[in-house]
Amino acid sequence: MANLKELAARGDKFTGGHRACAGCGATIVARQALLAAGDKPVVTTCATGCLEVVSTIFPYTAWDVPFIHSAFENSAATISGVEAAYQSLKRQGTVTEDIRFMAFGGDGGTYDIGLQALSGAMERGHNMLYICYDNQAYMNTGIQRSSATPKGSSTTTSPNGKKIPGKVQFRKNLTEIMAAHGIPYVAQSVVGNWSDFTKKVEKALAKGGPAFIAILQPCRLGWGYPPELTAELGRLAVETNFWPLYEVEDGQYKLNHTPKERQPIDEWMFQQERFRHLKRPEHQAIIAQIQQDIDARWEQLNKKCSL
Amino acid sequence: MSELKKYKELALGGNIEKGGTAVDFKTGDWRSSRPIYHPENCIQCLFCWVYCPDSAVILKDGKVTGFNLDHCKGCGICAHECPGKKKVKAITMEEEVK
Amino acid sequence: MQKIILAKTGNEAMALAMKQVNPDVVAAYPITPATEIVQIFSQYVADGEVKTEFVAVESEHSAMSACIGSAAAGARTMTGTSSQGLALMYEMIYIAAGLRLPIVMADVNRALSAPINIHCDHSDTMGCRDAGWIHIFSENAQEAYDSMIQAVRIAEHQDVRLPVMVTTDGFIISHGMERIDTLPDADVQSFIGKYDPMMHLLDVKKPFTVGAINLTDYYFEHRRAMVDAQNNALKVIKEVGQEFGKKFDTNYGLIEKYQLDDAEVAIVALGSTCGTSKVVIDKLRQQGVKAGLLKVRVFRPFPTEEIARALENIRTVAVLDRSDSVGGFGGPVFTEIRSALYGSAKKPQISGVVYGLGGREIDMEQIEGLFMDLKAGKVKADAVSYLGVRE
Repeated sequence: MANLKELAARGDKFTGGHRACAGCGATIVARQALLAAGDKPVVTTCATGCLEVVSTIFPYTAWDVPFIHSAFENSAATISGVEAAYQSLKRQGTVTEDIRFMAFGGDGGTYDIGLQALSGAMERGHNMLYICYDNQAYMNTGIQRSSATPKGSSTTTSPNGKKIPGKVQFRKNLTEIMAAHGIPYVAQSVVGNWSDFTKKVEKALAKGGPAFIAILQPCRLGWGYPPELTAELGRLAVETNFWPLYEVEDGQYKLNHTPKERQPIDEWMFQQERFRHLKRPEHQAIIAQIQQDIDARWEQLNKKCSL
Repeated sequence: MSELKKYKELALGGNIEKGGTAVDFKTGDWRSSRPIYHPENCIQCLFCWVYCPDSAVILKDGKVTGFNLDHCKGCGICAHECPGKKKVKAITMEEEVK
Repeated sequence: MQKIILAKTGNEAMALAMKQVNPDVVAAYPITPATEIVQIFSQYVADGEVKTEFVAVESEHSAMSACIGSAAAGARTMTGTSSQGLALMYEMIYIAAGLRLPIVMADVNRALSAPINIHCDHSDTMGCRDAGWIHIFSENAQEAYDSMIQAVRIAEHQDVRLPVMVTTDGFIISHGMERIDTLPDADVQSFIGKYDPMMHLLDVKKPFTVGAINLTDYYFEHRRAMVDAQNNALKVIKEVGQEFGKKFDTNYGLIEKYQLDDAEVAIVALGSTCGTSKVVIDKLRQQGVKAGLLKVRVFRPFPTEEIARALENIRTVAVLDRSDSVGGFGGPVFTEIRSALYGSAKKPQISGVVYGLGGREIDMEQIEGLFMDLKAGKVKADAVSYLGVRE
């Protein structure tokens, strides 16, 4: 894996001057992913959403690699087409370089509206890495709940109200759904652990075939915390076991990090505005349910990893 | 780039014909606080560089030398992530005076 | 020039044209009555008869999305669909045109739900008429075949760079067997030439951005540029059609006039109804009725001036629409034509006739009856009526 000096020597392919919020985690994802791709040519796409909007306001683009955006739910389908063109033109000899393909999408564009296109692309086996920057809500439209939004989170469409204290449902486990596709590489990473993410992007690209990485991306606006904590809150999510770092390579589960001492989930939740209402004593049961869910999922994951 | 082009002067299909043109756009005036670099406390770990959302940490020969204040939005991730030397930070945030 | 005579359905003819174009990428999804096009083409791929990378996507939305990615990556790209499939693509249809990607699509015209119906009308493609695509209708399988080949040249022309849809009437043409003249593969290849994508995503040394967001400062300019491209297409479609005629004996234009110049009563139609109407006109002419037809081959760009010139000296005209703009004043062809004639010094009496929705048959007697009613002044001018529905 490339160390930071080597990454630094590569130079940025995702530039400054984009219009993301101060402390945005999504742009950290894009930047680190392209650094990890290294000197090998990569063609990218991004679903409509924060990352795409802030990075391509005409005539300014932060992408210093070939980039296409077409719509919201079809990042995987769009890159399928680019990759199909590559397969065809390479076979015909018109394109000679060895090119890799990378698609980005937020959790709305991936867990929800883009799930069908993603599933289709993975099943077809395109040579592509799909990176879901998972900030757990529709941030670009103003913080609406998605199927990635965790239970209890107050969003503008699952608001904390007099009767309902935020999102009722637990979040969907997309990483497991992707693993069920039986593709060569699936992983979870986090903003705040550059080395884990870099390693996984490198591995996914080197393996060839379809690959999927879900990277938990703290969003200072949607989660409600001071901007300097973006990386810190990512790491804390891992230390609570809310977001385990693991990978599924050719069907083999591997845990990449076990917290020395698992932190209680409220340590993480109560640093964020979206969960603040759950501090009230009457919501203790909800916190307990959330903790129980995390512990159960962790246990299941560990079973898979020890097989 | 500030001059608005007429429709016949634009590239086909709304393409931006060059990569990375966002470097020409300044976001520095969004800042309410700015990073101050204290080289004496810097161990060149590059954490500030790798976590900067705005690619605004300037490196020379692989070493941190300062910040691109045209792009830095003052989020403070660099200062927060900085381990410093003997727990004394190499980056601190200072309020912008307007 | 040696032509090869074959018996082909419309779908087979379109699939054959696609095979001879031999595109770099086809991304498609099955839908009645266009399924065969994709099916037959898949067999060409499986048999190694084309160099195409075939992407069997999981929806029409993804079909057009993949076509967009492929075309932006510099590949000659084609697809086929119909009705609900086109409706599902709708979002991407606008994007393909806005990004100025020369994708060629075969669409088999079929009614839109609800109620669900698999038969012919033009509602599906008419729903996309403002999307920026070029729309070419076919009277028969021969035209579908010829237009698919011409469409590649039109779409890729430097002054146009817009996607093109070539349509056939569902089942009537798509599944009707006809005798068609086909061209040798080499002639098709030399006619379409080599594709120059200009800028493309696989040119990794020259990174650029496709599909950037435009704020209020640039969106209008980019849409305005498409208007020029559509206007340029009026000339390009004619040039390509004439060159096709020079090489392969059949000329193509934007419209076709059939016994129109001296006609007293005329109808305007699209697609297979034109063929039926020609037979009726031949019969009426023998009886001394000065009947004529204006066939609109190209609906986008709309040949406004040519149509106005062709119709302005006719006494009475009925415009046949195989789709309706529900709640509007008549079907889309009627409103376009009525508007086209507004500036003419002489104007025909004009009425709109909506017919054939959901595959409701239109026969020679009905068309003859319409001509006779027009002649007798029984069709109310500046009004819309519905032909063949139980009222």
